[in-house]
Amino acid sequence: MDSHTETAALREQFETAGQQKEVSTLGMWIFLVTEIMFFGGLFLAYAIYRREFAGAFAVASNTLDVVVGAVNTAVLLCSSFTMVLAVRAAQIGSRKALIWFLILTILLGGVFLGVKAYEWNLKFEEHHVPGPSFHLEGTQEQGPAQLFFSLYFTMTGLHALHMLVGEGLMLFLLWQAYAGKYTPEYYTPVDIGGLYWHFVDIIWIFLFPLLYLIARHQH
Amino acid sequence: MAASVDHLLYFLLAVAVFFSVGIFLTIFYFAIRYRRRSESELPAPVHGSMSLEILWSVIPFGLTMIMFAWGASVFFTISRPPDDAQQIYVIGKQWMWKIQHMEGQREINELHIPVGQAVKLTMTSEDVIHDFFVPAFRTKADVLPGRYTTTWFKATKPGKYHLFCAQYCGTNHYAMVGWVYVMEPQDYQAWLSGGTSGSLTSSGEKLFQDLACVNCHHLIDPPGRGPNLRNLYGSQVELTGGGHVKADEEYIRESILNPSAKIVAGYQPIMPTFQGLVTEENVLQLIEYIKSLTPKPAGALPSRDRPSRDRKGAEAAGSLQKSTKQ
Amino acid sequence: MITEAVEERENYLNASYGIKSWLLTKDHKRIALLYLHTITFFFFLGGIFATLIRLELLTPKGDLVSADTYAKLFTLHGVIMIFFFLIPSIPATLGNFFLPMMIGAKDLAFPRLNLLSWYLLVIGGCFAMYAMLAGGVDTGWTFYVPYSTNYSNTYVIATGIGIFIAGFSSILTGLNFIVTVHRMRAPGMTWFRLPLFVWSNYATALIQVLGTPVIAITLVLLIGERTLHIGIFDPARGGDPVLFQHLFWFYSHPAVYIMVLPAMGVISELVSVFSKKAIFGYKVVAFSSVAIAVLGFLVWGHHMFVSGQSVYAGLVFSFLSYFVAIPSAIKVFNWTATLHKGSISFATPMLYAFGFIGLFTVGGLTGLFVACLGVDVHVHDTYFVIAHFHYIMVGGTLMAYLGGLHYWWPKMSGRMYPEGWAKLSALVIYLGFNLTFFPQFILGYLGMPRRYWTYPDEFQVLHVMSTAGASVLAVGYLMPLIYFMWSLRYGPIAGPNPWGATGLEWQTASPPPAHNFDVTPVVTTEAYDYAALAAMEEAKVG
Repeated sequence: MDSHTETAALREQFETAGQQKEVSTLGMWIFLVTEIMFFGGLFLAYAIYRREFAGAFAVASNTLDVVVGAVNTAVLLCSSFTMVLAVRAAQIGSRKALIWFLILTILLGGVFLGVKAYEWNLKFEEHHVPGPSFHLEGTQEQGPAQLFFSLYFTMTGLHALHMLVGEGLMLFLLWQAYAGKYTPEYYTPVDIGGLYWHFVDIIWIFLFPLLYLIARHQH
Repeated sequence: MAASVDHLLYFLLAVAVFFSVGIFLTIFYFAIRYRRRSESELPAPVHGSMSLEILWSVIPFGLTMIMFAWGASVFFTISRPPDDAQQIYVIGKQWMWKIQHMEGQREINELHIPVGQAVKLTMTSEDVIHDFFVPAFRTKADVLPGRYTTTWFKATKPGKYHLFCAQYCGTNHYAMVGWVYVMEPQDYQAWLSGGTSGSLTSSGEKLFQDLACVNCHHLIDPPGRGPNLRNLYGSQVELTGGGHVKADEEYIRESILNPSAKIVAGYQPIMPTFQGLVTEENVLQLIEYIKSLTPKPAGALPSRDRPSRDRKGAEAAGSLQKSTKQ
Repeated sequence: MITEAVEERENYLNASYGIKSWLLTKDHKRIALLYLHTITFFFFLGGIFATLIRLELLTPKGDLVSADTYAKLFTLHGVIMIFFFLIPSIPATLGNFFLPMMIGAKDLAFPRLNLLSWYLLVIGGCFAMYAMLAGGVDTGWTFYVPYSTNYSNTYVIATGIGIFIAGFSSILTGLNFIVTVHRMRAPGMTWFRLPLFVWSNYATALIQVLGTPVIAITLVLLIGERTLHIGIFDPARGGDPVLFQHLFWFYSHPAVYIMVLPAMGVISELVSVFSKKAIFGYKVVAFSSVAIAVLGFLVWGHHMFVSGQSVYAGLVFSFLSYFVAIPSAIKVFNWTATLHKGSISFATPMLYAFGFIGLFTVGGLTGLFVACLGVDVHVHDTYFVIAHFHYIMVGGTLMAYLGGLHYWWPKMSGRMYPEGWAKLSALVIYLGFNLTFFPQFILGYLGMPRRYWTYPDEFQVLHVMSTAGASVLAVGYLMPLIYFMWSLRYGPIAGPNPWGATGLEWQTASPPPAHNFDVTPVVTTEAYDYAALAAMEEAKVG
């Protein structure tokens, strides 16, 4: 008979646990491809408008704080590192290490989001939020400058939304890890949760130079 | 030109009819000839034939390439107005077509043109995307806000032809229709001379003075704070920070409504915007006036030299310009 | 002849009872039926809008509804038919039901995700229904800016959200199918032994996964522009309204292949079983599906030849559009060749298959017209285009869907539909369809624009013909609704393989057990091996 009792590690539709793991991993990779296509539309709009309004975009980009952005990038990279360590811990069955590394990842993600909120607030105070009270010094092209910031807020906002979902995912993994659900034989959710987290990190790695570093060398 | 579209269509039709009738008849024949006569019959398995696959890939491909090439060739003609085309301006807005003849006539939802004369329409929208569609001429072009698009045609038969808006634009999209009147040349002249408020060029000249453009854009040397606009139209303009742009209608319009977008090399970005101070019609009048400042070329159009930053240089540049001034 | 009553044997329908067992099911077969109900509802809703449109167009004047209402009718007709009927139709009903069975799997890779997909379609549909009931949306299903962002006073955002959510339903279904086909095939089921229906749904899934996210972000930007005036499409800020068109069509062109590829997969199954022959050129047909999926991403600009995009862009897109036509043509030739020296049955599903091949051929050939730069300038945004895509969507996809529904009905329900009525409906649909849409080719060439509430008098005769056809078509669609429901109670009981078809789904009971197969099948034969099937039947009897 081919049927078996369903467990988290071996759902009904699968023949072996190995098959289930392969399927879950492939599924997550395909999902990440859809996310690339999703962000892709924004990157395309950015590329087109940056080419057309290089001057205004440069002026606008230079009002972003490079140091803060770079620190945030480092924070996110560290969180990816702690995530890798979490997966490793799950792989070798260290429940405590897994829990701590997940907590660290969550905290670092939280720092990132906090810094983002600080940056957004700064933009609000400087009247760089597109709308009736928008004004950017240093360029006559207020329209294209607003375009830059529209893209800035949309892209970093969408990224932040994905970070929030990631935080939720991490909290779920933490809860499950705490309950002892992950063993060296079954830690797939940690693995694919890690994939998602790394992906969100990579999106930021692209966003940072594109948004913060336009024509900086010309200073 | 409409005829060439129709000829292309007939070719496509012939191919389409040939293949659809062919497929229909073949299926019909096979279905009857090989109809099931008993439940137990088992046809011999046939898996395929590479040569057939190649045959019925290559032949359709060849046909489609002919369709592409022929269509592209017709499209080039549709997209390139001849040099002797008469310019007419169109402004689309919800829900009417405003037509501006060079000589000053304005029409709403009607376009009078002479037969046998190529006509080029330069069009823009005041609001949403519209589309200027004259089925009889086989032409169509979207009309966009913030940009000019063009289309052209040469009517061959006098008569009255439908004009439709062909891009959904709101409640009265269906009513944004009108007529193109193609007239014999003498009738057209008669129509033209019947009541006008001045040609586009003269209206533009008046605006140029009224809006004080001339204060910065001196028409005689020395140049002012802005470039001299004589011989501008059609030339290559050097911009601050490198780069060139062709001084066409689009560029002139942008320079009026969004002057800081492109600054001519050697000049300061101090021109105020006239967005909100001029209508699209006004812009067209100014464009026609500025075009009139460039004499129709016998040979190549003059290219714009980089003006010097200081007054002394300006004098030298000015003497260059004096020699080409009418 | 099965003597035991269906009710006695346990199958997926009677394995459990109660609404919770349906709304919380993980069984791909039950989910397929949930989808069947949902899309049938949306089909008839979209059909009501079509009926009202055709009634209005009986006369040149606007006398049935107001101009604004008319705009809402054609918009909602398009939105509902495309996003809530056509795109889910074959993959989410027939694909969901049969893809796992065809590959010998117990279920899809992610059953709960599958259920979520259905809920997402329903929730998206709720947003669309809310928009409809609250006052409608009038932008056309294409939502061109700046009209939809700065001028329309209708429920653009609600509709946009509905499509966004339905889009994720589509993405997740695609994801599920791809993973399932890669990793859940039974032993011996190699790629080139897969039924062509699986190949088609696989190719479709590739498009769903890669294309749909782009319309998702486009809708986000549309809503952002409409609510927050972010400026991305606004010329006053430096934005470009044509950018919206590029983003929109980047998905919406491949979307038409989402709609037609599964239909082609159904036709491959039908032509094979009702000729008792393997599809001629199996590998070529399989690769054609993938080729269509890939090439379909490269041609979106052919919707924009007169949009103000450059002449050179037009050239590239026209050229590539001719490329994508070739694999479809290859399929038509291969289906036709399959009939040669076959054993042709005229059962209802085969009638639909014949109808598909004929009407898809016409639709596809008229695609060559609109791909042609010189001609498209004239016919763009006219009834010619409407006729072209309805030949493919209705003459093609919908016919294939109905054919598949009839073909697999005995397997899904354990009952046969009434063959006489079914044949009659197929004929009524075919005639009604042609009468509705053929005149529209002529209308378009004569210059009748799309989305017009009123029209010049000289177009009336053709419009009257079209509306007459639509009324016949409506009758044709109502008939299956009635007799399918009738068959559930009164239809003759069906055996496991009433058609004598190859394919693993026919090797199990009708209706199938909840776990599809009592024992995981091991595949040893090629696809469409009727000789092997005959030998197997012989062995069973002997």
